[in-house]
Amino acid sequence: MRWAVVAALAVLLALPAVLSSYAITIFILIFFYGFLGQAWNIVGGYAGQLSLGHAAFVGVGGYTAAMLSIEKGLTPWAGMFVGALLAALLGAIIGYLGFRFGLRGFYFVLLTVAFAEVCRIAVSNIDAVGGPLGLYITFTGDPRQFQFQDGRPYYYIALALMLAATATAWAIERRRFGVYLAAIREDEAAAEALGVNAFKYKMLAMVVSSFLTGLGGTFYAFYLFSLQPNTLFGIPLSVEIIIRPIVGGAGTLLGPILGSFILTPLGELSRLYLGQGGLPGAHLIAYGVLLVAVVLFLPEGAYPRLRRLLARRGGR
Amino acid sequence: MSLLVARGLSKRFGGLLAVAELDLTVDPGEMLGLIGPNGAGKTTVFNLFSGFLTPDAGDVDFRGRSIVGLSPHAICRLGLARTFQIVRPFPRMTVLENVRVGALVLHPRVPEALDRARDVVERVGLGARQDVAAGALTLAERKRLELARALATEPALLLLDEVMAGLNPTEIETIIQLIRGIHASGVSILLIEHNMRAVMALSQRIVVLSFGERIAEGVPAEIANHPKVIEAYLGEEYVRAAPA
Repeated sequence: MRWAVVAALAVLLALPAVLSSYAITIFILIFFYGFLGQAWNIVGGYAGQLSLGHAAFVGVGGYTAAMLSIEKGLTPWAGMFVGALLAALLGAIIGYLGFRFGLRGFYFVLLTVAFAEVCRIAVSNIDAVGGPLGLYITFTGDPRQFQFQDGRPYYYIALALMLAATATAWAIERRRFGVYLAAIREDEAAAEALGVNAFKYKMLAMVVSSFLTGLGGTFYAFYLFSLQPNTLFGIPLSVEIIIRPIVGGAGTLLGPILGSFILTPLGELSRLYLGQGGLPGAHLIAYGVLLVAVVLFLPEGAYPRLRRLLARRGGR
Repeated sequence: MSLLVARGLSKRFGGLLAVAELDLTVDPGEMLGLIGPNGAGKTTVFNLFSGFLTPDAGDVDFRGRSIVGLSPHAICRLGLARTFQIVRPFPRMTVLENVRVGALVLHPRVPEALDRARDVVERVGLGARQDVAAGALTLAERKRLELARALATEPALLLLDEVMAGLNPTEIETIIQLIRGIHASGVSILLIEHNMRAVMALSQRIVVLSFGERIAEGVPAEIANHPKVIEAYLGEEYVRAAPA
């Protein structure tokens, strides 16, 4: 297992040397969505608290770094942490309301969606942050401004983000924190009876998850050079965030990454061939079909199944 | 000094007074039985003691301090553990992983908690099943798992809610021996049980509840012949018909 990880890392580090710029773009998206999925996985997968509003943290992180850069000249390398802290604060507020008042299941989902939508509508109506048109970042190509002439630096930054989130999830998983999150997900009352402070650990998971997701906002903004309320705070982005860990295996360490390696190329290629081939929206149908297939045939996600298959083969 | 003292404890659900001004004490090292017909309020008493419900009136002291208003996790950490009548295993965790959750209370590092959990799993006789997912256990095994998890928190007082319900006579005999062993190791036990033979055999003292009120208290032999108890279980006619 250890050697497989080292080999995979070596391949991913060497890959940009041989890839076309389009392939690099696909990999950047795989890593970036894998990163967002892993960040979500901490609260949505391990703790089982289904947030469908994680776009709000991307939006808060991205807008904060962009505004600080445009208005105050602060480098996004620092701004991304300010943005992540504000995203974590928003996560703490949402978590407090949801967990203190015992909102579970659909009610928690609705709370998170509502917060993200309120943020989206608020940002759309505040002209100081660009209103409905959003913000545009002037391209300078200056690495100190989180801007690069070609895709390779973004490739390595996105990879580093994905690895950092995965290392965080790994550290949580093997500690008491992770055991307690799993217990809360399985049966919160039983966990409480066994000394688990469910409120505290759900809050911690939410704060860590929203902080990481907020970091991603800066990457999003400075990779695309533009921020629109509908794309950064919208429900479609929240769906993109949760769909990969669910397909790959929520609450597993490699599920979000596997999910992103399956779904991101599928989304991009079907958008390219079906969308531009005169079938706009067809990639969404492909998404939908795959999601239905996963729910029907792999309710735990792809990764647990893959692990069992490998274990069986290894056993022979 | 008593381990647990409840004074004037009351709980109302709408129009139903589930527990009415209950006084109850558990002494250190004691095995106390709590019996009563269905709906007498026994499980409500457990929920009040373990923090899952807050009383409308009255007080509960555990180890000399009031625990009213504390959350279940805080009460567990003070040394008062409970099992659930309807078992609540973490179904996708293995037996060992289930017990590990409880062991983390006093052993916050995961490897040590796992070692501790292994001992407890062995002790309740689930050693051969430790790597099986809890969802795949039989009812008798789940009852033992429920017991093992609570035991892993290393409580001073253990509240057992019908750990024998649904078991066959052989399984009941096993679990009686298990509870005796736990008690002998120094854990005080408060036991809700419908199996009269078991509760009479295990308890040093028995408290009888009916409609939320304490109607009798005494050693098992007294309780078995107490007219109010027979009346509560079998009806007034039975008491009049019985030979004096």
